[in-house]
Amino acid sequence: MGRVPALFLRELRVARRLGGSATMGVAFFLVLVSITPFALGPDPNLLSRIGPAILWISALLAMLLGLDRLFQADAEDGSLDLFHLGETPLEIAVLIKCLAHWTSTGLPLTLAAPFLGLMLEQDGAALMGVVATLLAGTPALTLIGSIGAAATVTVRRGGLLMALLVLPLTIPVLIFGVSAAEAACGGTVSFGAPFSILCAITLASLALCPFAAAAALRYLGE
Amino acid sequence: MSHEPPHRPHAERHSNLRLVVDNLCVDRGGRRVLQNVGFSLAGGEALIVTGRNGAGKSTLLRALVGLLPRAGGAVALEGLDDDATPAHAHYLAHADGMKASLTAEENLEFWSSYLSRTESEASSLGAQQALERVGLGHVAQAPFAILSAGQKRRVALARLLVAFRPLWLLDEPLTGLDKGARERFGEIMRDHLALGGILVAATHEALGVEDARELPLGGAA
Repeated sequence: MGRVPALFLRELRVARRLGGSATMGVAFFLVLVSITPFALGPDPNLLSRIGPAILWISALLAMLLGLDRLFQADAEDGSLDLFHLGETPLEIAVLIKCLAHWTSTGLPLTLAAPFLGLMLEQDGAALMGVVATLLAGTPALTLIGSIGAAATVTVRRGGLLMALLVLPLTIPVLIFGVSAAEAACGGTVSFGAPFSILCAITLASLALCPFAAAAALRYLGE
Repeated sequence: MSHEPPHRPHAERHSNLRLVVDNLCVDRGGRRVLQNVGFSLAGGEALIVTGRNGAGKSTLLRALVGLLPRAGGAVALEGLDDDATPAHAHYLAHADGMKASLTAEENLEFWSSYLSRTESEASSLGAQQALERVGLGHVAQAPFAILSAGQKRRVALARLLVAFRPLWLLDEPLTGLDKGARERFGEIMRDHLALGGILVAATHEALGVEDARELPLGGAA
């Protein structure tokens, strides 16, 4: 097996085992979406109107959960030293770890979203909009989060610090994700415009974030 | 116990291998930890780094492999196609690089693939063979988390066998090993040297390698 598939497979296995980030992320997403109506009240019109926003905020928080361990777990068990030394560039290793994180967290969230959307009185068009925007936007959340995870790799219990660093950077993703999802269920804005910008943010993160995270890991590794 | 003669595909290639360390200085936290350390090792030679706690043994190994920046001096691995030391070194520290939720075999299979180099596949063992070599064939399918400290160390040592590297940099390799495991590992190290490899180990204990040279680190003045 090549180095890249081997790393991807290892990350997926770790995420899927007990206590891994995959099941926790989806469970947290379910809990967040379920408790919001208790706070807002069971008004179907209100829930229907703000449903996409609830799903997006819940997905954002669920993605961040466990992201702080993306590099910290490897730093603690010594794997990160070996990634520094390996022939695979650190940028590629970061990218593969992000891809595995998204596959084990972002993808299940995206697939779970339409079922949770039914609890929020979303119609078919709105569900499609939410799934499409989460599919396009959650990779950007993982990639942006990887910078925060790398920057706090040496901080014990750095999860909160990571959230403080990362959440402001995810605001553009949230804005265009929610506006595209709302545009999908009617409104004055077309779906295409915010969705294109969302895709552009994801592509820009794909190009920039692995370099930024790898640079942070190199700097902190010394 | 009978031993097959060691298989030596690299003995020829690495016979002119040399690790040359010249006037190495390393600073940590604004303090000079290593001052003008220098030595030279040829293929088949072992060096044992000794010294009190905090003398800079681990720092030396990390600086050799390039995980710490050098304040001065040079480290060169001569006699190979390229002189990138990290790519030709196995670095084994206190942390073992294994995931607790995966089995011993899954962990080793990962490192075997991740560290593989096409040229070296001939002389590296598979994950199961490597575990048998360190005497852990029977726990290959057990989650790494439930192994004892000594067994974990043995799995970490098995990583040295799943991908070939001419230079081994080992930080306290014998921690937690029982007598039998030490003898087995001594044999593994002797085989590595017989293949023309170089070994640098920081340890307080007898390594079980004949005529190893010693580098005492007294702490920087």
